[in-house]
Amino acid sequence: MTRINLFHFAAPARFHALAGRLVPWFGSAAVVLAALGLYVGFFVAPSDAQQGEAYRIIYVHVPAAWMSMFVYLVMAVWAGVGLVFNARLASVMALALAPTGALMTFLALWTGALWGQPTWGTWWVWDARLTSELVLLFLYIGFMALHGAIDDPRRADRAAGLLALVGVVNLPIIYFSVQWWNTLHQGASVTLNKAPSMATPMLLGMLLMSLAAWAYCIAMGLARARVLLLERERHTEWARAALHPSAEAA
Amino acid sequence: MNTLATAADHAAPDAALPGLFDGLRAVFQRDLRIALRRRSDTLAALVFFVLVVSLFPLGVGPEPGLLRTMAPGVVWVAALLACTLPLSRLFADDHADGTLELLLLSPHPLALLVLGKVAAHWVAGVLPLVLVAPVLALQFGLPASAIGVLVASLLLGSPVLSLVGSLGAALTLGLRGGGVLMSLLVLPLLVPVLIFGAGAVQAHLAGLDVVGHFSLLGALLLLALLAAPAVTGAALRIALE
Repeated sequence: MTRINLFHFAAPARFHALAGRLVPWFGSAAVVLAALGLYVGFFVAPSDAQQGEAYRIIYVHVPAAWMSMFVYLVMAVWAGVGLVFNARLASVMALALAPTGALMTFLALWTGALWGQPTWGTWWVWDARLTSELVLLFLYIGFMALHGAIDDPRRADRAAGLLALVGVVNLPIIYFSVQWWNTLHQGASVTLNKAPSMATPMLLGMLLMSLAAWAYCIAMGLARARVLLLERERHTEWARAALHPSAEAA
Repeated sequence: MNTLATAADHAAPDAALPGLFDGLRAVFQRDLRIALRRRSDTLAALVFFVLVVSLFPLGVGPEPGLLRTMAPGVVWVAALLACTLPLSRLFADDHADGTLELLLLSPHPLALLVLGKVAAHWVAGVLPLVLVAPVLALQFGLPASAIGVLVASLLLGSPVLSLVGSLGAALTLGLRGGGVLMSLLVLPLLVPVLIFGAGAVQAHLAGLDVVGHFSLLGALLLLALLAAPAVTGAALRIALE
């Protein structure tokens, strides 16, 4: 058995080609899964006993909230790898994920507000989970703003990477906020160690939407990383070939 | 660079070896002396603090009950701003005249040198705010025992503001619009300090036990003392590469 070289795809040219092949797959998977998930969520799943039809926003809200935290974690891991191994590609991945994560955080907050108005009777409460999710949005924005403010891309990668690592302290606060504090936001309905407290079609819809969110984030992250790489490596041979395939052929 | 310096130290007689905290003490004394000679900077932060707190009764109206409820949060938010905003200048002067590069090249642990600078900033810039806070709290009609809790929470929490603020200052060193950007980076990280600091006073006003709030503030302080100087040092090295 040949040993798998983890750093094989750390070379920008190889990564660019690989990501180019992966993006359409993840992108179409996101579309198909989201269509299936929305169909199950809106037409198959029953309405909730207490919340009526308003609960259906969870098919967007819960996957977005999960991804908002998970994307930050992945971003911080890439930033850490970029700092420790001085790997350019890892820092590019971290930067590529930040806008997607910020979008997911914003979606989670927005859909949460839409759900809160009919259910809690208010758009917003200053409870621990909502506040810490808002702080997460500020952390994403801070990461992108710091990166944008530094002209030298390598210094920007490192400084923003350090900030991303420091911001990780917020993740457990968001995740455990509903347990640590007595919040208005409900606890988790889906956990790994006990049976979910919801009907099977609801769970199926949420699962499909979560997979769609995963596929979307991966596709967007890879697509954005390709663009960032091309921009940074525009002086190299392979980037020029990738940018002007016709000129290469002629 | 460090290995060279250590080798040179070993060649020298033992008496010439610098102690672990010599660098910290030297930086602390130097920064404190500079701060005392530029009193206008320190006073500006103090006046800013008093001014921001004084704006609230003008904005929300002089109703005593409302002011008493708001006082802990108002004083804490003003302290948060008055403590972190001047921090964007923490490394700027040293960066401009090259002192910072010498500090980075010195054989002393960078984290301790950073700690010395932060400690000097806290003593010169933040301690006066804490001392003025009781007067402001009186204006808001807080009872004496609550004022004691407020000062204690500020004493415990404000070093965290300085420590985390120093990280923001290092990350935004030499950038355009560094001050605003620094607030954007640092303020989200300081939300827990604000919650538990102001929460302690509010809990006391509500007749509840404040030990939990103080324990959490103390834990935040220990965490910041442990991690922030080293991370700030790393950020300084990135900034000066």
